[in-house]
Amino acid sequence: MSIETFQQYTYIIAAACFILSLKWLSRPTTARRGVTIGEIGMGIAILGALLTKGMTYNWIIVGLVIGALIGLPLAIFMPMKDVPQRTALSHSFGGLAAAVVGTAEFYLHAKAGTVPLTHFEMGALVMEVLLGYLTFTGSLMAFGKLQELLPSRPMVYKGQNAVNLTLFAIAIGCGVYLVADPSKTVLFPVLAGLSLLFGVLLIIPIGGADMPTVISLLNSYAGLSASAMGFVLNNPLLIVAGALDGSSGLILSIIMCKAMNRSFTNVLFGGFGQVAHVAGAKEQRPHRSASAEEAASILEVASRVVVVPGYGMAVAQAQHKVRELYDSLTKAGVDVKFAIHPVAGRMPGHMNVLLAEADIPYDRLIEMDEINPEFAQTDVVVIIGANDVTNPSAKTDKTSPIYGMPILDVDKAATVMVIKRSMSPGFAGIDNDLYYMDKTMMLFGDAKAFTGELVKELAAAKAGV
Amino acid sequence: MSNSLTIYIFIFMLATFIGLEVIKRVSPLLHTPLMSLTNAISAISLVGSIELTGTHYHDHLAVTLGTIAITASFANVVGGFVITDRMLKMFKKREPVKAPAKTGGAA
Repeated sequence: MSIETFQQYTYIIAAACFILSLKWLSRPTTARRGVTIGEIGMGIAILGALLTKGMTYNWIIVGLVIGALIGLPLAIFMPMKDVPQRTALSHSFGGLAAAVVGTAEFYLHAKAGTVPLTHFEMGALVMEVLLGYLTFTGSLMAFGKLQELLPSRPMVYKGQNAVNLTLFAIAIGCGVYLVADPSKTVLFPVLAGLSLLFGVLLIIPIGGADMPTVISLLNSYAGLSASAMGFVLNNPLLIVAGALDGSSGLILSIIMCKAMNRSFTNVLFGGFGQVAHVAGAKEQRPHRSASAEEAASILEVASRVVVVPGYGMAVAQAQHKVRELYDSLTKAGVDVKFAIHPVAGRMPGHMNVLLAEADIPYDRLIEMDEINPEFAQTDVVVIIGANDVTNPSAKTDKTSPIYGMPILDVDKAATVMVIKRSMSPGFAGIDNDLYYMDKTMMLFGDAKAFTGELVKELAAAKAGV
Repeated sequence: MSNSLTIYIFIFMLATFIGLEVIKRVSPLLHTPLMSLTNAISAISLVGSIELTGTHYHDHLAVTLGTIAITASFANVVGGFVITDRMLKMFKKREPVKAPAKTGGAA
């Protein structure tokens, strides 16, 4: 068997491993096996690539060493609360890798005396470079917003969409021209530059609450650019792995959009959060606030409690205190569940990871569709750092900006407790009618500190009995 | 259109459908690990980067950009797999121990 044939076999095995890897990820019981088979597949593929004939290895080794030095510490020491940022950063790495390889390929084939790229290959290369650079800067911007290096509020200006679309159209125009006439090399830097710029401009108007959708979308782009690279390099393994990533990102974006009752275009060009201030300025309405002691006395006698976590829990790093609350209630014979809205947090599945980190068993984390019918039989709902996903006006008020968004039906429960810093409206700036209901108790304070107080009060009450 | 080209488009189409089918089945519980795992897998661009860098060692631009690509994608390979495993390790099921206590009350 020649080296080339052997190399092709390693790529085929690797592709099979990746598919198995994603298949096994579907359930928590087999998920870790999925990671192992993915690692094996990647190892085999790297081995195959290193066997390419006529290679020099010096720079490859340099790249691998630096890559490991960047990737390993980032993965080992990163606190779980930073998962969204790290994900955004790795999307930008993925985009960068695809884009610079595309750039190198373009100039290699542009040299005199080389085999020119076919129109089709050039088309794939344009896609690779466009998506790659766009994902690179777009994900860096998302990283900046999530890390709060940049303001996480959407930045909107007049004519923004017109500017963005024009730039994008010019970039596409350059790409099409290059496909038709690859000798116009001067257009290539224009294409690359516009893609970089478009990535930045695309994320500027995106607010924090839209991050789950945008991260999923960038995930998809990173995969598609890797797939395009496979078309340029004639490597089916890249096509397969990239397509898997692309479809994964696509599915996640669709789920996120559905969970907000919004379309892609609305997320990308809508400038959500601007509608906000119109609805925000309402008259003061009476609400009921309560102390930790009062809240604890109600929780104590409850038999079914549902906790609704949101981004506020992540910000306050309250998950470990929430776990203590879960423990003390469970010990007292209370049935405690967690209601997870698909867009709670800053990326798909964000809440699940945080609660799992705090050692809360995953079978207590219930999806929206599954838990919604249960609220009517729930004694107490404790909302920790969530807001818009519990707002009943999404169902009743046609003028509300979030009208039609699927929400957690917390208003059906007997008592609702809301741990919140103040009465200020949430990200979307929309007043939440839930806070003014008779059954609602507002528990003002920091999510972590207040949950801690609840735990203390529960312990004290138990000791007193 | 050359023959291999149509085959590549075929491969892309089939892989996309497999991806959609397989990933639809992933529990929303694991969407974050899913994203970091697919991220590690799409760092397969490492293979392309290695081939580019290794075979064009006379071309400074190709070697420079290739090395950058190897660095970026290998960081994703290593980081992606490690962090996915770190996350999955945290997902524990404790129901068999906890469930009986649900109605049993405090001891």
